[in-house]
Amino acid sequence: MIIATNVTKKFSKLTALDNVSVSCNKGQAISLIGPNGSGKTTLIKCLLGMVVPDSGFITFNKKNIAHNWQYRSAIGYMPQIGRYPENMTIAQVLDMMKDIRKQKAVQLDEELIYLFKLDGMMNKRMGTLSGGTRQKVSASLAFLFDPEVLILDEPTAGLDPLSTEILKEKIRKEKQQGKLIMITSHILSDLDDIITEVIYMEEGRLKFHKSLSQLQLDTGEKTLSRAIAHVMQAGL
Amino acid sequence: MKKIIKYVLLDLLRNRIIIAYTIFLAVISLSVFNLEDNPSKGILSLLNLVLIIVPLVSVVFSTIYVYNAAEFIELLVSQPLRRVNIWLSIFTGLASSVCMAFLVGCGIPVLIYAPGDTGLMMTAMGLLLTIVFVAIALLASVLTRDKAKGIGVAILLWFYFTLIFDGIVLFLLFQFMDYPMEKPMIVFSCLNPVDLARILILLKMDISALMGATSAIFRDFFGNQWGIAATISIMLAWAIMPLWWSVRKFNRKDL
Amino acid sequence: MTLFNNYMKNLSLVACLIVCTITANAKTWVVRPAGPLKWLQEAIDNARPGDTILVEKGVYRQPTIVVNKPLYIKGIDCPVLDGQKKYEIMDIKSDGVVVEGFVIVHSGYSSYNDIAAIRIINSRLVIIRNNKFDDTFFGIYSQHAVNCTIAGNTLHSNAVNEITSANGIHCWKSDSMQIINNTISGHRDGIYFEFVTNSQIKKNISTGNVRYGLHFMFSNDDLYEGNLFKNNGAGVAVMFSKGVTMLRNTFSENWGGAAYGILLKEISDSHIQHNRFIRNTTGIFMEGTNRIKVEQNVFDNNGWALKIQASCNDNTVTGNNFIGNSFDVATNGTLVLNSFTNNYWDKYEGYDLNRDGIGDVPYRPVSVYAMIAERNPVTMMLFRSFITGLLDKAEKTIPGFIPENLKDDRPKMKAFK
Repeated sequence: MIIATNVTKKFSKLTALDNVSVSCNKGQAISLIGPNGSGKTTLIKCLLGMVVPDSGFITFNKKNIAHNWQYRSAIGYMPQIGRYPENMTIAQVLDMMKDIRKQKAVQLDEELIYLFKLDGMMNKRMGTLSGGTRQKVSASLAFLFDPEVLILDEPTAGLDPLSTEILKEKIRKEKQQGKLIMITSHILSDLDDIITEVIYMEEGRLKFHKSLSQLQLDTGEKTLSRAIAHVMQAGL
Repeated sequence: MKKIIKYVLLDLLRNRIIIAYTIFLAVISLSVFNLEDNPSKGILSLLNLVLIIVPLVSVVFSTIYVYNAAEFIELLVSQPLRRVNIWLSIFTGLASSVCMAFLVGCGIPVLIYAPGDTGLMMTAMGLLLTIVFVAIALLASVLTRDKAKGIGVAILLWFYFTLIFDGIVLFLLFQFMDYPMEKPMIVFSCLNPVDLARILILLKMDISALMGATSAIFRDFFGNQWGIAATISIMLAWAIMPLWWSVRKFNRKDL
Repeated sequence: MTLFNNYMKNLSLVACLIVCTITANAKTWVVRPAGPLKWLQEAIDNARPGDTILVEKGVYRQPTIVVNKPLYIKGIDCPVLDGQKKYEIMDIKSDGVVVEGFVIVHSGYSSYNDIAAIRIINSRLVIIRNNKFDDTFFGIYSQHAVNCTIAGNTLHSNAVNEITSANGIHCWKSDSMQIINNTISGHRDGIYFEFVTNSQIKKNISTGNVRYGLHFMFSNDDLYEGNLFKNNGAGVAVMFSKGVTMLRNTFSENWGGAAYGILLKEISDSHIQHNRFIRNTTGIFMEGTNRIKVEQNVFDNNGWALKIQASCNDNTVTGNNFIGNSFDVATNGTLVLNSFTNNYWDKYEGYDLNRDGIGDVPYRPVSVYAMIAERNPVTMMLFRSFITGLLDKAEKTIPGFIPENLKDDRPKMKAFK
């Protein structure tokens, strides 16, 4: 579904992505893993068209995404830090997004709004919300349009354990509906029971892209975090 | 695009700085007109407000706003939207809300207390300058990644257009006093939107003096309908050019 | 007052003359195109002094009409006297002639003769009133006239430039003239006086003339009151005269490099009071003037309210309102021998601690920028910019550029009404 071919991106001297090629398909739940500054977020931004690669290309459903914007209607994105116009209320932000994406055919998926109990604070201004609540809004927005692809950048950061569970449950549910889900997260234990694939990056390079079962087999570790720790030590 | 503008506006119209700016302008305009017993002097006092404060607030506020909205812009970019539309919407939202603040705070008092050509021209120029400096702010903020640097560049540009440029021109005029400087002077004026606005207001405010100035420059170029039309078009170009450049930059910008 | 008495005396004299002649066996002649009396000249020739001639409606084309006896000549329903662009239309060579109610058009035109519509020659007590002049070279031309009245006439011509046009009301070597309530436009000078004394010019409107609205030279002891001079090519010019009184006139919208509300040149012992100067390039320009009192005038929205050249002495500028002028006062010298007191200057930024209505610090009406613009005119382009504002502020703090004693020590806090 999403295929990146030889994608390279440099920010002045720093090479954020170095000749990265990946291919992601429907029904997969992919975890993007790597140390800080390994290029995970840059890769995601490339997929979303927020960062333009220096070389290489990315296709979405076999169409090149360069100079294309319509494809993003099939993506739900939850950013690492969600900041919104301070003086808008939650209701207005939701309305705005609904307005912008105006896909009539799609049934809106407002489940998360209710699960996170955002419906009770619709008239609060974004500027007054806590970081966690803003994350909830971001998550709700990502799932709102029932997109084929979900890109979640550190989805559980800042969320309380209860909300994390709600979110994980939601992700699992969507995965079962055959969606492509990409997650970056530092807290690896959160991901164990959701993900099917692992993409491991280091210093802008793709180290490996395997299914979770393959990784467990290769490393002989049961949990994702231990498997990754094993990989990192081996790398050293 | 309309929808983004709608929401940018919705946010900006409740922005504290915009509200403070409106009140500030209103307090100044009202006190100027109420303290002076003749409105023409009031207009004169407001001239500096229009030529100095309006560009400063427009450029600094817009730059800060764009930096603060960085994540929001990211969010918009991740949505199925054209970047051009996003950027133009932000420009439109910013320009119209700062213009609105100026119109309410300064334009309306001027038109109430000192109706007439001069007041009308001054209001129009205040609005045009606002638009020009919002465009310049967008350019400054798209060119520099760092917020502090961006604001610095914005303030520097403001300083250049309101003071340094005129200082250089004055210096040149005295250096080349013995040469015909009328045509170069027209070119100089076109290089600075603040000067253009000032000259257009002068044409209403000091027409009696300008028509008698030994130099025929006003009569022959700025004094007729074509000259005024040309001047206003150049001012519009001063809004459009930076905006167009910033759109190009924003289209390729990594967020 | 003496002027006014004089005027009343003249009026009653003329009235007496007319009444007397009518009652004393005067005859009335009627001229009409159908005849039997077809021509005005014929009627004049037949008439006896003191007779009345009524001219009925029609267009009369004829060579110059010469009036050589005291007659009352009245047009009924605006008869037209047409000079066919060849002739002077009427010459008045007798005292006590009254001409009224005519439309006088198409006088001759000449570049070496002063052809007029009506000429008064060596006469006294002539009255020309309520006529309409159109497309004439000179309108009314008086030479060696005394005690004549020109009132209620409308004079219009189509002057394009100074060379091919002439003056509306032109007086030369005349005395005790009354020029009242006339409207003059499209001539070279609206009203022109040369060697005219003891005369009164009141309530006239002189607009859109190519040169001056009012122009006089060597004309002493005249009174100008309640006139409007507007939008003339170069405003009003008065030269080489003394004892001039100008009251309650309005001078407005005279725009141009050499246009003035009033240009005063070599004028002395005169009085300029209660006039309004509105939207002129220069309100009053003074050159070589002495002992002039400029009092209680309003200078509103002029480029320069006053330009006083260094050649002026002992002029006093008192109790005027200076409002909304680009520059209040400009001068070309450093030595100032004229005094400014008790004026209201809207640019005054001083204070009045003792509340006596007089500012406690002097006002200096000459701005640095006025001096700079005088030296380098192109710098007008930077007028009212931030940097020039700074220059003015700097000069106010540390004076050094502008004449030290050019100041108003008693600036008023409020404008007079």
